[in-house]
Amino acid sequence: MSDTNSEWPLWEVFVRSKAGLDHKHCGSLHAADARMAVQMARDVYTRRQEGSSVWVVRSDQIIASDPGDKDMYFDPAEDKVYRHPTFYKLPDSVDHM
Amino acid sequence: MQASIKIPAAPELAYLLRLADTCLISGQRLGEWCGHGPILEEDIALSNMALDLIGQARALLTLAGQRSGQCGGQGYDEDQLAFLRDEGDYRNPTLAELPRGDFAFTILRNLMLSTWLKLMWQRLGESSDAELAAIAGKALKEARYHQQHAADWAVRLGDGSDESRRRCVVALDRLWPYTPELFEDDAVDAAAVAADLGPAWAQLREPWLAEIGEVLGEAKLAVPPAPTFRSSGKSGRHSEHMGYLLAEMQYLQRAYPGGAW
Amino acid sequence: MYTQAMDTLREEGGQPVLRTAEEAALQQRFDQRIDAGDFIEAKDWMPENYRKTLLRQISQHAHSEIVGMLPEGNWITRAPTLKRKAILLAKVQDEGGHGLYLYAAAETLGTSRDQMLDALHTGKAKYSSIFNYPTLTWADVGAIGWLVDGAAIMNQVPICRCSYAPYARAMVRICREESFHQRQGYDSLLVMMKNGTEAQKAMVQDAVNRWWWPCLMMFGPPDDQSPNSAQGMRWGIKRVSNDTLRQKFVDAAAQQAAVLGVTFPDPDLRWNEESQHWDYGAIDWSEFWRVVGGDGPCNRERLADRVQAWEEGEWVREAALAHARKSELKEAA
Repeated sequence: MSDTNSEWPLWEVFVRSKAGLDHKHCGSLHAADARMAVQMARDVYTRRQEGSSVWVVRSDQIIASDPGDKDMYFDPAEDKVYRHPTFYKLPDSVDHM
Repeated sequence: MQASIKIPAAPELAYLLRLADTCLISGQRLGEWCGHGPILEEDIALSNMALDLIGQARALLTLAGQRSGQCGGQGYDEDQLAFLRDEGDYRNPTLAELPRGDFAFTILRNLMLSTWLKLMWQRLGESSDAELAAIAGKALKEARYHQQHAADWAVRLGDGSDESRRRCVVALDRLWPYTPELFEDDAVDAAAVAADLGPAWAQLREPWLAEIGEVLGEAKLAVPPAPTFRSSGKSGRHSEHMGYLLAEMQYLQRAYPGGAW
Repeated sequence: MYTQAMDTLREEGGQPVLRTAEEAALQQRFDQRIDAGDFIEAKDWMPENYRKTLLRQISQHAHSEIVGMLPEGNWITRAPTLKRKAILLAKVQDEGGHGLYLYAAAETLGTSRDQMLDALHTGKAKYSSIFNYPTLTWADVGAIGWLVDGAAIMNQVPICRCSYAPYARAMVRICREESFHQRQGYDSLLVMMKNGTEAQKAMVQDAVNRWWWPCLMMFGPPDDQSPNSAQGMRWGIKRVSNDTLRQKFVDAAAQQAAVLGVTFPDPDLRWNEESQHWDYGAIDWSEFWRVVGGDGPCNRERLADRVQAWEEGEWVREAALAHARKSELKEAA
């Protein structure tokens, strides 16, 4: 039987596909330490030139919003239509503003 | 059965083949780990390194095959050179052909060879042979990563558990006697230096010892005493292991003469 | 790379037992989301049998990937050219990567990778039976790429739209990476059939003869013997029936075989003008169940290889953790 305490911790991997873009979550992996996690991320997730930079973070260090709070957190933004440029109808001559 | 090809006895060609075969045979050994690594992530990492080494070998063998035609012999492609030479015409130092061993053995050999290759590629970047210099420029990036990967693991294993430390000591003891061959000069080196093709292997000795010593120090592993044994793979006299490696590697090319792959 | 209709071995997905009104409300909301084509994320509420069924399927899929490294890996040191060696190594390595993505997807359901590996190593978990067949010649490597990967891709593409988002995301990545796997296999066989020697052509035909029927079995038992998982369909874990996928595979393979210049070992294989499909002969399901049950040519060897690699790696994994702990203590000091 495997002892769960002997398992390497889980890390989340974020890859920047090219300079100027955001790092994007692309998966996870197991590694014994941070340096190894970065190297493993390179070896596992950038085999096809997918990246120019990687971030790793221990999965247990991520704090996520509660799915049960989804309505309360995110629905209130729904009716704030005036935050979007398309809300404002301007004359054609100046509409490229 | 497909017959062996003949290799002209030009020192420049031998110089290229020594390097090419070091990459080829190391790649062959590292490839043995695929599917059998200690953990999935590391399995993938080892295969990446094997792929880099095979890529380097292909570039160098292609170049060597062209040079063979230019120095009085027949021209060959990468596969004729990789699969159809007699054992005595393979020029890798013996260190590269030793069986893969356990993970400690593989890591410490990778550390030795990747450090050596890194130092070699750095110098070959200034080769008078522009094609060789171009190959070196690409390979240097790969070797730097291989060295970092091996060095980090050497420290983890050397300064990890009692068991990992014990295995490192055993592996180091077995590997170290094969290292002097990486730094011995002969007529091949003299010709390479004279033609500005690349460095004499002895020139890599001091920086190699310095870098290896630093990593072993961090890994709390003692540098073994200088061995008196001398291996001779780069002159074509190999260990008992090479015949088995080649029998496996060459099997299809030998068994299916005139085949298309 | 490879799924087989393994989940048909033991159908789950009957009506869940509901205990409280609150759970019933959660169940109803879950069902609505599924029916609306919503994705379910790891932290969302999900019925226990959904979690269990997914965990079993994803972990079996992951096990199939890493056991699947072995038959082809058998030829890495013997590949005939450096180009083929590099291609094969990259492909087998990809399978390891796919196993990794899938284990990660399964881990989001609350079971560790070590626990899943333990189930594999102790024989509690299944993997695709196709890997219990041996790779006897170099042409087997090409045949696996063409036929086994070809069958797997047909099984896998629909799962990219699976309701469980971590699984769907892993499958999107896997399908993208795998697009070269089938092509390289076919290409390898094509070169031998078009430019090779008679001995090579015979090697290719022999490999195709041995892999054809096991590949047809990869799609699982016929629909009338496979209690159709309405639940699996609804959850999007299973989207197309076994026989439909199998027919699609036969239709594609028959045409590819003609271009290649090989035949399949089935005297009943013929074009049916009326149905506009290829008819094929009866599959020997007793062989399928025998191999699934553990008595294939390589079941014991494959599992023993995995167990050996894992056990030989134990000291490595422990040492890395021991070193990490030492480093943390040093930094804290």
